[in-house]
Amino acid sequence: MTSPTARSAIAVAGLRKSFGDKVVLDGIDLQVTEGTIFALLGPNGAGKTTMVHILSTLIGADAGEVAVGGHDLAQEPDAVRAVIGVTGQFSAVDQLLTGEENLILMADLRHLDRAEGRRRAAELLDRFDLVEAARKPAGTYSGGMRRRLDLAMTLVGDPRIIFLDEPTAGLDPRSRRTMWQLIRELVAAGVTIFLTTQYLEEADELADQVAVLDHGRLIAEGAPETLKRRVPGGHIRLQFADQEGLESAARALEASARDDDALTLEVPSDGGVRSLRGLLDQLDGASVEVDSLSVHLPDLDDVFLALTGQPDKERATLP
Amino acid sequence: MSTLAYAAHDSRTMLRRNLRHMWRYPTLTLMVAGIPVVLLLLFVYVFGGTLGAGLGGPAGGRADYLAYVTPGILLIAVAGVAQGTAISVAMDMTEGIIARFRTMAIFRPSILTGHVVSAMTQTAASLAIVLAVAVLIGFRPTASPVEWAAAVGVLAMIALAITWLSVACGLVSKTVEAASNLPMPLMLLPFLSSGFVPTESMPTALRWFAEYQPFTPFIETLRGLLLGTAIGNSAAVAVAWCVGITLVSFLWARAAFNRDPGPAAT
Repeated sequence: MTSPTARSAIAVAGLRKSFGDKVVLDGIDLQVTEGTIFALLGPNGAGKTTMVHILSTLIGADAGEVAVGGHDLAQEPDAVRAVIGVTGQFSAVDQLLTGEENLILMADLRHLDRAEGRRRAAELLDRFDLVEAARKPAGTYSGGMRRRLDLAMTLVGDPRIIFLDEPTAGLDPRSRRTMWQLIRELVAAGVTIFLTTQYLEEADELADQVAVLDHGRLIAEGAPETLKRRVPGGHIRLQFADQEGLESAARALEASARDDDALTLEVPSDGGVRSLRGLLDQLDGASVEVDSLSVHLPDLDDVFLALTGQPDKERATLP
Repeated sequence: MSTLAYAAHDSRTMLRRNLRHMWRYPTLTLMVAGIPVVLLLLFVYVFGGTLGAGLGGPAGGRADYLAYVTPGILLIAVAGVAQGTAISVAMDMTEGIIARFRTMAIFRPSILTGHVVSAMTQTAASLAIVLAVAVLIGFRPTASPVEWAAAVGVLAMIALAITWLSVACGLVSKTVEAASNLPMPLMLLPFLSSGFVPTESMPTALRWFAEYQPFTPFIETLRGLLLGTAIGNSAAVAVAWCVGITLVSFLWARAAFNRDPGPAAT
């Protein structure tokens, strides 16, 4: 959790939202410290987008206290709107206008004067690598370009808090890396980012704090490292040249998994040098020849499976 | 800037956006103006000879019918634009950009006024085209400058009322298809009025309907102003209808727009 002295860009307490009978958010509490990246992780239908819609004033909450940028969401929505920027999962660009016109439209709505608006648009087109496409309708852009334009439009007003709803969903790996780089640059400049994602790798890569949302509840919260430490699943994978090697290694070691087709053996490990050396000594002692070896640390996938994979088991809430 | 200045600034920005859409994709605009022109030619040259004879005027025939039918065709043009407006509003609401606007500190009604003012511009263009074609084929209004000004004023009031109605239709439609069907009755109503044949020639039930629906006083007022026929209480009734439709549609549209958008799609 964040320390109570650090300033919160977003503070949520007891947030609830239902659509008809369907409870989408069931009592959410969270704090996002200024100038950090907060990732809300969850499968489809967990309530991530609804969360962003509420925090960005698009829809109302049923219950709960929410402050964004120090302003109460229910009392001063326009004050909140003035400090936030939102880039949605479905691109929020005007398809019929060109990239440049889209940016100038945003500048006009942020009440920048004409010259300042044009200057800002030109600067963002350049920074987001959209200069060539500036005069083409946004409807003709590729997915990656559209997402970049979308984020550029969000930045026109210099928001202090930015909501990114699945910013890299459907992007190719290269576009995703570009987007990550842009997000890091924003945070370096002091912006607070609230991002949702279903990619665990993305949360791991970017976030200072991660919360896992499932069926409208936060089932885990903490730094990515903290979450990973909580979950078993670290192992060393040994690859053998032949069946014989596999057999003798399996006799000598306490393996957690064995694949006879791939000729691999998995041995539980914390990934430390000491345990690795111990393992190699054991293999030497048994005179087993190992073809290759790889160390696997638990990633957020393991966290996720451990937390949401067993709906019948009682789910532990991590501190 | 004051709140009012912001409101005006945002409304201008949104209007620019809507006009740019229209300018860039002129097919819808041209189609909308084309339909009433085709109807005008159809009614004058195909049905005009026979229908004109039935009017029982001194000269009779095609020329008389052209004069008779033009006000009705003008209202078809207004209704045609309305259909296009409902479609473009509904299409706009499906776009992510509207969600973005809702999360910005802007004068929210500007999103709707942008549509209304651009639709009014389109209506003016459409009416000018239809009127030009009518004059070209022999329509000779007898209106004085004051009567012309009054006719333009009446058309503007009607257009404003119908436009707000179509904006509301576009907002409440769940799909773009529904939005294109909802204002369909608007295209039919001019036919069930005194626009194409005198209401006296209709069967009783239809005649009763025709006399009490808004398009008959609209058309009678226009006809009176442009051609000097008797207006009677039609003008007052027409103004009352316009004010009523505008008010109800405006409140309806505002309520529909301020409602929370539905649940997230995921």
